[in-house]
Amino acid sequence: MHKPIDSNEGFNRSASRQLALYGVGAVLAFVLLMLGLNSAASLTSTSTGGVAGAVDVENNEITAYLRQDPPELNTMGAADAVSGIVLGHVMEGLLRYDEHGEIVAGLAERWEIEGDTATFWIRDNARWSNGEPITAHDFEFAWKTTLDPATASQYAFILYVIKNAAAANNGELSIDDVGVRALDDKTLQVTLEQPIAYFEKMVAFATFSPVNEAFFNSTNGRFAAEAESLLYSGPFMMTSWVHGASLRIEKNPYYWDQSRAKLDAINFAYVTEDTNTLLNLFKDGRIVQVDLTAEMLEGAMQQGWVLDRFMDGSVFFIDFNHRDGRVTTNKNLRRAMVLAQDANELVNSVIKLPGYVPAKSLFPAWMRGASRTLHEEYPPPEAPFNVALAKEHLEKAKQELGLSEIPPIILLADTSPVATISAQYYQETFKKNLGLDIVIDQQIFRQRLAKMESGEFDIVLSGWGPDYNDPLTFGDYYASWNLNNRGHYRNERLDELVRIGQNSLDNEERMAAFGEIQQILFDESVLIGNYERGRVYATDPRVKGILRRAIGAETDYTYAYIDLDAQ
Amino acid sequence: MWRYTLKRLLQGLVTVWFIATATFFAMHNVPGDPLSGERAATPEIRANLEARYGLDQPLATQYIIYLENFIKGDFGISYTQRNRQVNDIIREHFPVSATLGILAVMFAAMGGVLFGALTALFRNRLPDTIIMFMVILGISVPSFVFAALGQLLLVNINDLLGFSILPVAGWGTVSHMLMPALVLGMGTMAYLTRLMRSSMLEIINSDYVRTAKAKGLPPERIFAKHQLRNAIMPVITVLGPAIAAITTGGFVVELVFAIPGLGRYFVQAVQQLDYTVIMGTTVFYGAFLVFMVILVDLLYGWIDPRVRLQ
Repeated sequence: MHKPIDSNEGFNRSASRQLALYGVGAVLAFVLLMLGLNSAASLTSTSTGGVAGAVDVENNEITAYLRQDPPELNTMGAADAVSGIVLGHVMEGLLRYDEHGEIVAGLAERWEIEGDTATFWIRDNARWSNGEPITAHDFEFAWKTTLDPATASQYAFILYVIKNAAAANNGELSIDDVGVRALDDKTLQVTLEQPIAYFEKMVAFATFSPVNEAFFNSTNGRFAAEAESLLYSGPFMMTSWVHGASLRIEKNPYYWDQSRAKLDAINFAYVTEDTNTLLNLFKDGRIVQVDLTAEMLEGAMQQGWVLDRFMDGSVFFIDFNHRDGRVTTNKNLRRAMVLAQDANELVNSVIKLPGYVPAKSLFPAWMRGASRTLHEEYPPPEAPFNVALAKEHLEKAKQELGLSEIPPIILLADTSPVATISAQYYQETFKKNLGLDIVIDQQIFRQRLAKMESGEFDIVLSGWGPDYNDPLTFGDYYASWNLNNRGHYRNERLDELVRIGQNSLDNEERMAAFGEIQQILFDESVLIGNYERGRVYATDPRVKGILRRAIGAETDYTYAYIDLDAQ
Repeated sequence: MWRYTLKRLLQGLVTVWFIATATFFAMHNVPGDPLSGERAATPEIRANLEARYGLDQPLATQYIIYLENFIKGDFGISYTQRNRQVNDIIREHFPVSATLGILAVMFAAMGGVLFGALTALFRNRLPDTIIMFMVILGISVPSFVFAALGQLLLVNINDLLGFSILPVAGWGTVSHMLMPALVLGMGTMAYLTRLMRSSMLEIINSDYVRTAKAKGLPPERIFAKHQLRNAIMPVITVLGPAIAAITTGGFVVELVFAIPGLGRYFVQAVQQLDYTVIMGTTVFYGAFLVFMVILVDLLYGWIDPRVRLQ
């Protein structure tokens, strides 16, 4: 055999030269491609040009983020948390919450609630962002449109306190019968189903915002779909909205109180819910504030960041299924489960997220009562963690149910990380302390709701967030007629108390009712409190006055200002 | 050739119809209710909503209505973003995904061919070993790890330099695209490198290369005309599906880099049971994938005349 002709030395060298040429060509092609892409990308570009810093002193503006693209900025539709943040800046109703959570005058300069009639006098200088005056007709139109069955608004129920609202929404009565009427351009008269003590607090909710009828009709069904297909009544107005990418709000020149907003503009330049990305953006000086997870805390403290915490308002708990044939209808079994677990352990050793606190009651700790917090006025009764006692109750439950063993209990939960570890905690705890077998049924959020509705569970990891700043927003959860009471808990005394909470005009009496509801829920072991959700966040030291709160816009930059001296 | 193209397009159309039908019935059989929200709706509000989305009709009727609208090119209104047409969502967000995807594929193709050819030329020597080690990494490490690492790298570089060399996240300029595209293309680049390497090695030892050398052709010519052109065939075969896969599979990268691409809507729609967006994006991506495969087949015939005969 001969040696192969190609020993390949010279050949390879030449090929390398070829490759080098190819490489140069590739780089050239790449540069050309980038130039092409650059012009293409400017079409979808963010308004800030993308690389602006978190604080722009010169233009008096700041940059922040949104967890997701706001799903619905039409105030007549549903109101989720992210849309709520944007709407909290660009929309104002008759009344609003101030920095301290108190109800103050918004577009209405004064109001009067007497019996079942509420009258609002709208400010003469209340204007839309296009300069047109905001009139009482705008409110009448918005509320009636929300209630119109054709609108199919998911939040229509919040208007049901108005006379004939529920009947009109059900199609039993005409929309014209709804008890809201513009007496003249500046006077709005509302007739209620019955006198209620908390109507003022409800009026601050986004669904009660005005909508300009002529403008609404001019958008051809695309109302609130883009920045320019919406009129603004709040201290800010939206000037650009690139879906999924960025959203910019600027000071509204027609807003009646020009001294309220301190910043000229706020850029929501990033849309992502990835916590690490947001942390990186904060580190890189691109956003003014970021929420922290447990593993980020230590680093944040080392950096000496400005840290703070707030409760976002939601309470999480285990609901029992009270439908016939479920073992969880047995009070002793529920009692055993309440006693055999420890919310402190769940929050401090399992979830370990900063800002979370154990839930002691259906009513969150921050909720106001008559003068102090409801918890101060009516301290929630606490069940001590007591396995021995729990076992006694379990034995009683077995006797009452006529069972030698409790069959496996189905725990329904959704797929969020916190729900996952919570479900595992309860599975392990109930097995260890009571010998109960827990079968975890994890479903996506909507499927969890569907299964709760149809009753396919024994216990479920559930939760509730407030709509307005009154204990009733939690207090009616277990009312027999409440559709959100998906475990079908029924208690006549509790129903009576909810009615007092709804109908009484005496706040002391109402709070006493909520205190008793809290006691009943404890005595009957209707729920197992898990946690109240809170967040720990870091803020750019140059920015002051950002509000975080449970009711209204979760993050509120309205009062925020740039303060360079503070460094 | 024209008959062949027409035949392929017709087949593609049937495939897309099949995808649409399968998705429609699969989706309606997923347990859960697209209209349920945290706040339970009264039966009346629910009825209003069902009427609005046509869910009050029997499934067969819904299917026919859906097909009619689909032929008209109307995918309806999103369930979660109630003011947006699914068509608008696709039109606004697909170009973003496509831009990113094309850039990523460019990275992958250029890098893959270059590195693949290099490893073949330097077989079993140091460059080969180094590159092949990187290839193993590139194939086995998932893109979200690369994404997180890439971003962290940028933060640290920016911090070190004291100014922003590349933005950490966001979208808008070419500087925003570089890191996400590189990250997104990493897996494909590794895969193409390996493919290119094996096909180069196969060809270096083939008869016609030996003949060419024996004829005394200059090495440049042999490399360009015989080796590269033949070795690149398998790469082109996978490139079409790769473009589709990269463009559709950027969900994680889009999330990490806060990019407003369609991938996010595609995945989130399924989680939220947003029927219209699921249908719209799935059918659109399905059609896109089918089209890319057809395109590659046609391109194949153009590059390699032998294929055209069938």
